[in-house]
Amino acid sequence: MYAWIWRRLPGHGPQRALVALGLILAAVAILWYVIFPWLEPKLQFDRGVVENGVTAPPSSPSVPG
Amino acid sequence: MRVLIRGFGELCITAGLVVLLFVTYTLWGTGRYTRAQQEQLSDQLQRTWRQPQVTTEKITLGSGIAQIRIPRFGKKYRYVVVEGVDLSDLRKGPGHYPGTALPGQVGNFVVSGHRTTYSAPFNRAAELRSGDEILIDTRDKQYVYEVTSRRVVQPTAMEVTAPVPFHPGRKPERRLLTITTCHPKYSAAQRLIIFGELVRELPRATATDQG
Repeated sequence: MYAWIWRRLPGHGPQRALVALGLILAAVAILWYVIFPWLEPKLQFDRGVVENGVTAPPSSPSVPG
Repeated sequence: MRVLIRGFGELCITAGLVVLLFVTYTLWGTGRYTRAQQEQLSDQLQRTWRQPQVTTEKITLGSGIAQIRIPRFGKKYRYVVVEGVDLSDLRKGPGHYPGTALPGQVGNFVVSGHRTTYSAPFNRAAELRSGDEILIDTRDKQYVYEVTSRRVVQPTAMEVTAPVPFHPGRKPERRLLTITTCHPKYSAAQRLIIFGELVRELPRATATDQG
């Protein structure tokens, strides 16, 4: 897959490596600033709110961490 | 066939790297949001404190109600405590359990906060020792609480938030502070609870280094 992408990058040698680096950075930026902020609140593995919400009375606030 | 297998392997490696990046994001990247929110909340709080007191002042969920400082965690340690302990509230900073006592009142002033992620306000909570000061700044007063004890409880132990901890229903006489956070670090299996009691109150104007 990556070999296929590499062959289709424009330029030669170092120039091609720079383009590849740019693509990687763009992918990381999209993950970090767009996808992760959207995804993180849905996972909540650090907080333990769900187990508490189930066991505690509805009026009681949860104890997140 | 070989191309397929190689492609699958590459996908797996990519997925692993993305997961690692996600872990990095949750632990450190989420703090950026909290810092921005804290800055905003702090400005708002200072502004309301400068204005004359309104008797009908209402506490809205998600707004700042006080400032917490813990000298043990360094001079720069300062968070605005927001009202509410919903996920969205705790992303902004430590949250006060609605319905529990307000700072300085008789009863239990209960604050919850993240141990990891979102700036991790209570990351070092386990380092607190008996006698350590926890300073709560409000409009007029600075309340000085001292840590009295520490417990690790199950996440369902709501009795620690009672006006008299562990004795729900009993009439409170003392002015207490309770901090709840995750335990152990990076997990939500248990809760670390820090108990404190009010030892003195000072006028805020002279007690804080900022106006």
